[in-house]
Amino acid sequence: MHTEQLAGRTQQRFFSPEEEENFLSPGAFDVDYNKRTELDCAKLSVQAINLKLRDLMAKGYGTIVLKNPGAKHGIAVGILNRLQLYIEGSLGYFGCGLIDGPNIRIKGRVGWSCAENMMSGTLVVAKNAGSTFGAALRGGDLVCMGDVGARMGIDMKGGTIIVGGRCGAFCGFMMQRGRMVILGDAGKNLGDSMYDGTIYVGGKIAGLGVDAVPGEMTDLDAQWLERKLKMYGLAAPKGVKNLTKIVAGKQLWNYDNLEPAEKKIVL
Amino acid sequence: MCGIAGLIHRKGTGDIGREMTAMLQSLKHRGPDSTGYALYGEPKGEELVLRFKVAEQEDMAKGFDIHRQVTERKQKVDGRIVELGGKILEEDLATEYAYRYRIAFSGDLRKLANYIEDVEGAEILSIGHGLELIKDLGDAKRVSEQYALPGFNGTHAIGHTRMATESDVDIRSAHPYWAYPFADVSVVHNGQLTNYWKGRREMERRGHRFMSNCDSELIAVYLADRMQQGAALEDAMKDSIDRLDGVFTYLVATADKLGMAKDVMAAKPMVLYESDKFIALASEEVAIRSIFPHEIDTVDPYEGEVRVWSSNA
Repeated sequence: MHTEQLAGRTQQRFFSPEEEENFLSPGAFDVDYNKRTELDCAKLSVQAINLKLRDLMAKGYGTIVLKNPGAKHGIAVGILNRLQLYIEGSLGYFGCGLIDGPNIRIKGRVGWSCAENMMSGTLVVAKNAGSTFGAALRGGDLVCMGDVGARMGIDMKGGTIIVGGRCGAFCGFMMQRGRMVILGDAGKNLGDSMYDGTIYVGGKIAGLGVDAVPGEMTDLDAQWLERKLKMYGLAAPKGVKNLTKIVAGKQLWNYDNLEPAEKKIVL
Repeated sequence: MCGIAGLIHRKGTGDIGREMTAMLQSLKHRGPDSTGYALYGEPKGEELVLRFKVAEQEDMAKGFDIHRQVTERKQKVDGRIVELGGKILEEDLATEYAYRYRIAFSGDLRKLANYIEDVEGAEILSIGHGLELIKDLGDAKRVSEQYALPGFNGTHAIGHTRMATESDVDIRSAHPYWAYPFADVSVVHNGQLTNYWKGRREMERRGHRFMSNCDSELIAVYLADRMQQGAALEDAMKDSIDRLDGVFTYLVATADKLGMAKDVMAAKPMVLYESDKFIALASEEVAIRSIFPHEIDTVDPYEGEVRVWSSNA
């Protein structure tokens, strides 16, 4: 476990699949990546698909391929352990929400609110994503190779969202922690009412929201961006140093300060 | 919540009755109260298709004299069509209270519509050369069977599954809305207009009539008003983005076009599939998948976006 150097009580903890302590949540299963199986979703209800997934994980399957998801809603939610999940098709709304640990690859497109409240792991979408992509994201890497709709990363509290294309309006609305990388154009009101966190944009920004201001690109930013984009086979069209960095411009007097009573408990 | 869907065959025709039923049935969870269709068949010269009702579905279950009243109302409508110089070419009783007429009429449509709707209980659902508007209570499967929609051949269609939130569960409040008094213009909408009453009063002062208290009707009337002033469909839709306040995504169809518009907040969903031959739009991708079981590429239109497609190009 390593800790990013942040001030105050909001130190961000990163998931490491090698550490066994991460798999102790109730509902988490000990799986073996070498045990592989496929599940055809064509004639199954959403509930049946998710129950079958749980059943397979309980039996130790660590690599699962979902075929014919048919843009059904709420598939692969609440997976709390490591897992290699390949989804060969598109998802509807609220796909892969509340996940904590799996590595998910989606060949198609995802609808609204994909990976909402994701805690850790990685999720890569090969095509486009709908609105509220990664809403309230807590951790992990959420990647969309194509375009994303409006309000991406609304209320995100950690983790990283990377978009290969463009995004709609109000992305990063009320963002509190984490990083967002948009390699294409960004819609209006980017980072509106953001408290903290960082947004990098490769293309044009239609407009910044209240409290969002340009920040200074540093070598640390550039190194992190190079490393992160390379992990997913992406690159900034004009180089990472030419991305526009957006941060919160508001003065939050007590955001990182503990209340006296809390200090006693924590200390 | 409500669900909306639209499709257009860009080069040719298809069984749009069956296709739209499949799309709307897969959106049933977004609104089970009523279902409506605006189907665009191939126009037959100068003939008009008139869809109208003379009672609500629920009226038929109460009032001991309703069956006689319905018959009388229908006879009055028949008389008024003839009185204004029209000729009824064919009658089709879809239900006891809703009818489909083929008529020959070359006069003032607004006058005809007003005269028919002056009959107690009468409401025109649509008038058009290609448009046929069908709406009733229940899900798509039920309405489709009731009105024998599978096999309806045409170029394009829009549809709606309604969850009643701010007005009654009745046919009058169901979508689509015909853009009175324009032949062949219809609208479906998902969302809420927050300046409905202000906009309605403005339209009423300009001489337009409203048949319901449903905010979606304002979109149809607004577009009709703009087009009456000479605006092209796409321009009228672009104007609507600024003039209509609230959260909305709507679809509009004319004799040969299908359009979509999304509010500046992009707060209501819409998924678009586009190819050279076919366009499909729906509140959820699962509706598009109901007619395309194979893998396809779809996108979410952006905030403030207006798109129009033609069946001829």
